Amino acid sequence: MAAFDLNTDSVRTLNQHLHDAPSGTLSVTNPGGRHCIACGIDASVAVSIDGHVGYYCAGMNKQAQVTIAGNAGPGVAENIMSGSVRVKGNASQYAGASGQGGALIIEGDASARCGISMKGVDIVVAGSVGHMSAFLAQKGRLVICGDAGDFLGDSIYEATIYVRGNVGELGADCIEKEMTADHIQGLKQLLASTGVDANVDEFRRFGSARKLYNFNIDHADDY
Amino acid sequence: MCGIVGIYLKNEDLNPELGGFLAAMLVEMSDRGPDSAGIALYRDPVPDSSCKLTLHAAGDYDWEKLRKEMAAYLKSDVKLDVHASHAVLIASADVAYVEDWLRTQHPKLRVMSAGSAIEIYKEKGPPREFVRQFRLHELNGSHALGHTRMATESAVTTEHSHPFSTGMDLCLVHNGSLSNHNRLRQVLRDEGVDIRTDNDSEVAAGYLMWRLREGDSLEDALNRALKDLDGFYTFAVGTKEGFAVLRDPIACKPAVMAETDEWVAMSSEFRAIAQLPGAANATIWEPAPATVYTWGH
Repeated sequence: MAAFDLNTDSVRTLNQHLHDAPSGTLSVTNPGGRHCIACGIDASVAVSIDGHVGYYCAGMNKQAQVTIAGNAGPGVAENIMSGSVRVKGNASQYAGASGQGGALIIEGDASARCGISMKGVDIVVAGSVGHMSAFLAQKGRLVICGDAGDFLGDSIYEATIYVRGNVGELGADCIEKEMTADHIQGLKQLLASTGVDANVDEFRRFGSARKLYNFNIDHADDY
Repeated sequence: MCGIVGIYLKNEDLNPELGGFLAAMLVEMSDRGPDSAGIALYRDPVPDSSCKLTLHAAGDYDWEKLRKEMAAYLKSDVKLDVHASHAVLIASADVAYVEDWLRTQHPKLRVMSAGSAIEIYKEKGPPREFVRQFRLHELNGSHALGHTRMATESAVTTEHSHPFSTGMDLCLVHNGSLSNHNRLRQVLRDEGVDIRTDNDSEVAAGYLMWRLREGDSLEDALNRALKDLDGFYTFAVGTKEGFAVLRDPIACKPAVMAETDEWVAMSSEFRAIAQLPGAANATIWEPAPATVYTWGH
């Protein structure tokens, strides 16, 4: 197993190694809140980071399985494409922003603007999220096992939000919607695949009222 | 951008290390603020009958001459310690009396802080140079705030640097930008608050000074600031007893806090806190928007 100690190895050395077609598993110690750790991976590799990371950890991730045994600073898994990023602690603001695919799992809480402008990623937060989460969310699922702050789903497009706890004031054009059998089944599978233990029957679903943007239901498949 | 750091020691045995802790945190925040750096630290409070002022001179200054003149005027001993472009003055007299004398006899000096425990040092230039010039590693204390500035709103000078004094033993550091500072500056000047630069953070400091003068508690003043100050901010306010933290309701300016049995720390980024002993096992959290946090003895 390749090992990098960020007290002696630079983040650039680590990231270059990750960009040069790595394989297997890789460990990172002493992250010390540094920025951009494990960014831009496009390889099937498992990266475990032991400690707290700074901004944009695992940004643009493709294929890789990145695990952070600590807290993450702003913008963790920003623009994730595929693979998975797991934060064992809390995540700061705009976690999973613009994510297009894959999964982001936050075992603690996420702060403001979690999943802002998400475009297909699945984000599962075992704790609570801050205000303005899923702002402008276009596609994908945001699952919140705790509570959601104010202005949830403001100006949301076609993403789906599930909340188990309390919801503050909803954002513009965000409404509660029915949990159909398909939604329950899909959520059950997502929780199982991400290893988050929560009773699917306790969740409510939120999404777009489709009044704020120029949406044509007949063209839904094109969006 | 800008970087804020704060540290409050719960274990007094660590007081001699305060300057070293602060230096490591400040240097780590250089990327967020390479233009200037400053600190406010609290130590060795003087008795009620005395006062402590930090003075700043724009060039070489004959500090010993000032000390002798003041001692002759006050007919008592005056203590003066020079730190680079600053000097800390301790006199057995009322602070207003001392400040009046300084204003008339040494009009080129600027009073950076006044109180019984606070000392403020700030200078333009990169944080690493500031740490060296002011020998931060030699400074002790019970708690301190620091700031690294990336100027966005106004010029890079020592006067535009943080922390800003907001009254006796009080100071403010700010990460962010205020949008209604021009109008508010005028309001504050009409209220008799002395604001010297076009800097937005000085207006926030002046605002707190005004509210505290009008009888608000620090917590009330900060809660009122949420209504009256428009813009983005994370504030840290130093007090004789500890420090307070406030983020605006949108909270896009970062802030993180951490606590161990030995200390409480706050910073714009965790990597500054990571410099402290035991940081890896600290309790870490992000302060909620529009919420006042305080620590004190």
